[in-house]
Amino acid sequence: MKHFLLAAALILSAPAVMACETVTIGDLTIEHAWSKATIGAGRPGVFYVEITNAGSVDDALIGIATPAAGMPMLHETVVQDGIASMPHAMSIPVPAGQNVQLSPGGYHGMLMGLTTALKEGDSFPVTLSFEKAGEVTVNVDVLSLRAEGPDCADAGQ
Amino acid sequence: MLGVGAYRTRNLPTRSELLPLPIGEMTWTLTDHRGRSVRPADWAGRPVMVFFGFTWCPDVCPTTLSDISLWLEELGADADRMIVALISVDPERDTPDVLANYVSNFDQRILGLTGSADEVAQAAADFRATYRRVAKDAGDYTMDHTAGVFLFHPDGRFVSIIDFHEDRRFAVPKIRRTLS
Ligand SMILES: [Cu+2]
Repeated sequence: MKHFLLAAALILSAPAVMACETVTIGDLTIEHAWSKATIGAGRPGVFYVEITNAGSVDDALIGIATPAAGMPMLHETVVQDGIASMPHAMSIPVPAGQNVQLSPGGYHGMLMGLTTALKEGDSFPVTLSFEKAGEVTVNVDVLSLRAEGPDCADAGQ
Repeated sequence: MLGVGAYRTRNLPTRSELLPLPIGEMTWTLTDHRGRSVRPADWAGRPVMVFFGFTWCPDVCPTTLSDISLWLEELGADADRMIVALISVDPERDTPDVLANYVSNFDQRILGLTGSADEVAQAAADFRATYRRVAKDAGDYTMDHTAGVFLFHPDGRFVSIIDFHEDRRFAVPKIRRTLS
């Protein structure tokens, strides 16, 4: 069922399947950018992505911007003593030679003040700002509220 | 808009060490996403899986409900007698209609439950669950809340909690233990 839903989501956005696109800036590779559908525009959306630093210098993701939301922020889901909270993350380390995931239950982009509801099959751009590598824009696929990630052939998830 | 005192914090330090009450000793009354009143006695003789969350939650809650949906699919008809419920810790925004829209995105066996602030506080107390409102910019707020999934045997005994970050492969065997 999961795969059926993911397949359906991908078919709707078939011309692009942007979550499976790879974008590079300097030594950084950015891929698997995806989001979940929201019920209306009042609830926050979420942004997940995978970043690989093939270089020898540590970098950090220090911010995100998108026309889809008035107040995008970096968050980290933390579970302490069984209680989940989502503190603001000032920056997300992207150490040299490592792969960092913004993924369900961990680091994520929190898209507050959505300009419109995110619908399955839509896509929108997010610009990531890195401390050293600078800015790069990726296209984000909106999957279903139930999705657990994009279904890319090379998926490293 | 955000009524003062409309939510409860549970700040007893020993609280997290206490086990949830057996279902039969719980005293809450809640309303499901179809608008029907639900009490613990309605769950007598059925295995129970409960998760506390809220529909404005973008990460932990849809992730947990996606996981629960996958577990239910894996269990198939074996889980049909199980009561599976999301109890909202944000009753101010999560009306039955809002919950109905939300749970329609997941396995159809999942119930959404909400109530007045006091009713939700009573449910959380019975389950030994914790939640707390966290103010954000512009009058907005989010909720910190217990993230584990509670499991109960059909006789109402508490069995175990599936922790949010625990290996998801262990979840289905844990749930199966409640089904017999
Ligand atoms: Cu967040």
